[in-house]
Amino acid sequence: MPWFKKTKDIKTERKVKIPEGLWVKCDSCREIVYKKEIDKNLKVCPKCNYHFRISARERLKLLVDEGSFTELDVNLETGNPLGFKDTLSYEDRIKENQKKSGLKEAVISGDAFIKGYPVSLVIMDFSFMGGSMGSVVGEKISRAAEHALEKKQPLITVSSSGGARMQEGIFSLMQMAKVSAAIRRLKDNGILYISLLSDPTFGGVSASFAMLGDIIIAEPKSLIGFAGPRVIEQTMKQPLPENFQRAEFLLEHGLIDMVVERKNLKDTFAKLFELLL
Amino acid sequence: MIRCYLEFEKPIEELELKIEELKRLSDGKDIDISGEIKRLEKKVKELRSDIFSTLTPWQKTLVARHPDRPYTLDYINLITNDFIELHGDRKFSNDPSIVGGLAKIKDLPVMIIGHQKGRGTKERIYRNFGQPHPEGYRKALRLMELAERFKKPVITFIDTPGAYPGISAEERGQAEAIAVNLMEMSRLRVPIISVVIGEGGSGGALAIGVADRLFMLEHSIYSVISPEGCAAILWKKDGDIGIEDFPRAASALRLTAQDLLSFKIIDDIIPEPLGGAHRDPKGMAEKISDYILKSIEELKAKTPGKLIEERYRRLRRIGSFKEESASALS
Repeated sequence: MPWFKKTKDIKTERKVKIPEGLWVKCDSCREIVYKKEIDKNLKVCPKCNYHFRISARERLKLLVDEGSFTELDVNLETGNPLGFKDTLSYEDRIKENQKKSGLKEAVISGDAFIKGYPVSLVIMDFSFMGGSMGSVVGEKISRAAEHALEKKQPLITVSSSGGARMQEGIFSLMQMAKVSAAIRRLKDNGILYISLLSDPTFGGVSASFAMLGDIIIAEPKSLIGFAGPRVIEQTMKQPLPENFQRAEFLLEHGLIDMVVERKNLKDTFAKLFELLL
Repeated sequence: MIRCYLEFEKPIEELELKIEELKRLSDGKDIDISGEIKRLEKKVKELRSDIFSTLTPWQKTLVARHPDRPYTLDYINLITNDFIELHGDRKFSNDPSIVGGLAKIKDLPVMIIGHQKGRGTKERIYRNFGQPHPEGYRKALRLMELAERFKKPVITFIDTPGAYPGISAEERGQAEAIAVNLMEMSRLRVPIISVVIGEGGSGGALAIGVADRLFMLEHSIYSVISPEGCAAILWKKDGDIGIEDFPRAASALRLTAQDLLSFKIIDDIIPEPLGGAHRDPKGMAEKISDYILKSIEELKAKTPGKLIEERYRRLRRIGSFKEESASALS
């Protein structure tokens, strides 16, 4: 029995109503942080340096020279090759995600300049169906790679994805081979490919283009791996080691080149271009 | 011989038990019931043919995972002679869940690589249930590159629930190992022929499956996620998935050989003996061997450059999307 009975006083509730989204709980340190402070800090938690997930458009602003982005392959729309339907049909699921995210698909791609260097750029957006890779994502990445090859400029991908898109079944799986083959052509022709991993990068995305960068950079504390931590915990039947599948863990195991804070990314890219190109 | 029957094979099992009993009864006795036995045997055949011609996707999944189904090493033993197994990735260890080596198929030297599941508890654990670690994929790539240098075609057999989802696999770069295989197979300068012999479990299957010719056995499956995994994502309630959801998920995923042929993802279906590959491993192996030899014959005349270009085009065209003309929108 509770000591006090909860009473609902609608009047007071109305009085103390706080505008929604003013405060945010950090996914990493669980601290409550003032949202404006996070926004000012490039969406990085000022308490623990956790890098919050950001949208593809926000990422674009952080990375490229102002006004330099030309989006390509804007008009690709996925089909429903399996006739997939859960509670919603796949077509409706896509529409719902388009509305929610303001994007047509889980990735935007195009040409841009980073500190004056021309690049082909691909940015994933986790808010669109978990950044999952289906036919359109695979096609856009392949085209971006081919475009980079044609223009002889570096390719940069920014991944944030749960993996292959289940709703497109085998078509999604095959995108992994398709994009990897397109990346191979860059390597054969001396085109630089830099892969930036952000939170989270898993499954069919990490097991294809994301881990194929000539240089692989990750944002601090991003979760990166092949199998998701919950699946691994189920298989192992034991708790996972601390820091498991975090960017720092991958660095320690020799799987990525460096962990770079969001505010230093643009400079890091420029430095690499200066040294390599 | 103790046979393992699947749930939907129960009527077949009953009939076959009856036939065996009749045979035992008539053994060494005067009574002639051979007519009756023949009649029953014909009935079994009809029944089996009925059941196997209308298998649901979930039933096919069960056949593909059947404990008696021939595995990679069974086929290697049946279709090649002088198989020399090669081991290890030269970096960390030898992964027994992927086997590979040199052999001859009808006098033709080839590199054969495949997932290997185990039979019996002990071997199953040794083979890690056919779920490779990164070193398995790295071994496979090492062998493919060896084949490339000596201009031997590469044959791969796909049969895995998926790449191993464990701590050690992550520490050693499971994602990178798979990605590198996909990338390097796309430019290997010798023909690659892949056959899905059982379960094609997602990236862990594809990692040895980028090929010039891709075949599936009639009752094999190939999918981006297992029906169980799909059901868990879609219909998990109170932490539990009902087993009644697995057949639904299997159907939704369109994972059968027949589906993949209709999508033009695979080149052909290799028919299985009545009742599945395990009912006649030798006959199955011969058919597989025929398909492999025919493919090598078609591919051997192509220059490496042409081979790689065609392999790239094969991958490049896969995708289901439409594109409105940009001008219509601008």
